[in-house]
Amino acid sequence: MITFESVSKTFPDGTKAVTDLDLEIPTGSFTVLVGPSGCGKTTSMRMINRMVAPTAGRVLIDGQDIAEIRAVTLRLGIGYVLQNAGLFPHRTVLDNVATVQRLLGLSKSQARAKAHEALERVGLDAALANRYPAQLSGGQQQRVGVARALAADPPILLMDEPFSAVDPIVREELQAEVRHLQAEIKKTIVMVTHDIDEALGLGDKIAVMAPGGQLQQYDTPLQILTRPANSFVNSLVAKDRGFRTLSFATLKDVDATSLGSPGSDGLIPLGVGAPGWLLELDMALRTATWRGPDGEETGAAVLHRGDSVRSALDAVLASPCSLVLLMDENDVPRSYVGLEDLAPYLRHGVRSRA
Amino acid sequence: MINDMLSYFADAANWAGDTGIPARLGEHLWYSFLAVVAALIIAFPLGVFIGHTGVGKVFLVSASNVLRALPSLGIMTLLVLLMGIGLLPPLAALVLIAIPPILAGVYAGVANVDPEVVDAARAIGMKDSRIILQVELPLALPLILGGLRGAILQVIATATIAAYVNLGGLGRYIFDGLAVYDYGQVLVGAVLVTGLALVLDGLLAVLVKVFSPARLAIAR
Repeated sequence: MITFESVSKTFPDGTKAVTDLDLEIPTGSFTVLVGPSGCGKTTSMRMINRMVAPTAGRVLIDGQDIAEIRAVTLRLGIGYVLQNAGLFPHRTVLDNVATVQRLLGLSKSQARAKAHEALERVGLDAALANRYPAQLSGGQQQRVGVARALAADPPILLMDEPFSAVDPIVREELQAEVRHLQAEIKKTIVMVTHDIDEALGLGDKIAVMAPGGQLQQYDTPLQILTRPANSFVNSLVAKDRGFRTLSFATLKDVDATSLGSPGSDGLIPLGVGAPGWLLELDMALRTATWRGPDGEETGAAVLHRGDSVRSALDAVLASPCSLVLLMDENDVPRSYVGLEDLAPYLRHGVRSRA
Repeated sequence: MINDMLSYFADAANWAGDTGIPARLGEHLWYSFLAVVAALIIAFPLGVFIGHTGVGKVFLVSASNVLRALPSLGIMTLLVLLMGIGLLPPLAALVLIAIPPILAGVYAGVANVDPEVVDAARAIGMKDSRIILQVELPLALPLILGGLRGAILQVIATATIAAYVNLGGLGRYIFDGLAVYDYGQVLVGAVLVTGLALVLDGLLAVLVKVFSPARLAIAR
């Protein structure tokens, strides 16, 4: 548990970066600090590893005032990911990742072995281990940054706008990766971003901050979206709010229609779901294709029960026959969902079903 | 004159003994080495300190300018008058001209390390001494070596003045030659100093290349 106790930071020129911040970040949670630039979110985060000292109040980790812990010792136990990765340009990828382990006193070979594991965990090709950071793409550098932060297995991970410098496609990839990693390793993650979409997509808890370092709301993404505490939070989440809300409901309980059995031509008729349309399943190639009455062919989107209603709605809207396939536990498409099946979520909003 | 010089070089007697060319060359290198080492001892820590902390930048600039403006021969003559003949006055003059390039190189090298990289180093748990040794100095190496190269060349060229106060070195040929209007001998000294400077510069250039691999040149 990371606790901010009426923490303020006033710069020597009188600017207030953070104003009387009270925040409790539970162990194992993914907390996102979000707000426009100059709202003190990065300053707040950097107080957790004493890169910034508060001018008033205390920051505690598991009940202990961090001002009483030696800064170097504290930081060695907290992973840190920077906006532009902040890698050491004169060290190889492997040695960059091994840095913290070396600082902790591990031998070079032990540290490198751990570094290899960390690189693997973030999905980096082992062939890149001996390159220098300048030889990598921005996305790869960012992965190395995450690997360096994770290598020593710290219980806390701080991330300062980790994905803002990479292109949108790589960003989505990295976000998915981090979500996946967090499900696996369960760190206490504190991330800073100015991107409300990123915050809503990644955080268990979101702290919305306004200029001057004033905390506006600290809540779950769904609450932030559907019950914004004030007009400032509302203005952040107003755009596409309806669609975004659909991200928080899964297809777990959706009524799907089972697929029929294939006809003599191997194609599955879709019946009332989409009159005249047929489905071609190739189990060997793992492809699914819609075949229209006029002979047109379109690849079919396939989702899992764990996917969101938002992705299902998107797939339905994009499908020529307004259907999306659902997989069973064994990754085999067994049923389909149409607009009608999603209607309850759309009609009553997610709150009633989530 | 050229012929005088060539015949001086051709005479085997001029290559032997305490006053032979190898001995003078040795003396010259020895003075230069002492001066550069002394300048390093003074300027290196100072440059690292100012570059790392940012404290004393104004001092650095004004001190460098003052030192650069000092005439070496004048300093040496003054010190000789104060302290008498000896190795110290010429050495002090040489140290004073070696300090500014070394100081500038070390300071610029350390101060120009990407602040985000230094921030990252601190944030992941490096203490200041580690940041300096493991991050700033390795990244500053090309500029440090560049400054060192400039200092060495200036010292080699200026070490000729040691002969002015009756010490050895390649300056002997120049001052002795001038005293007896033997311009061939003056030329011998000039050619040797120039040659030494060029050879050392070449070696140092290779050294700088070796320690500034392409990876540092590529923008992050």
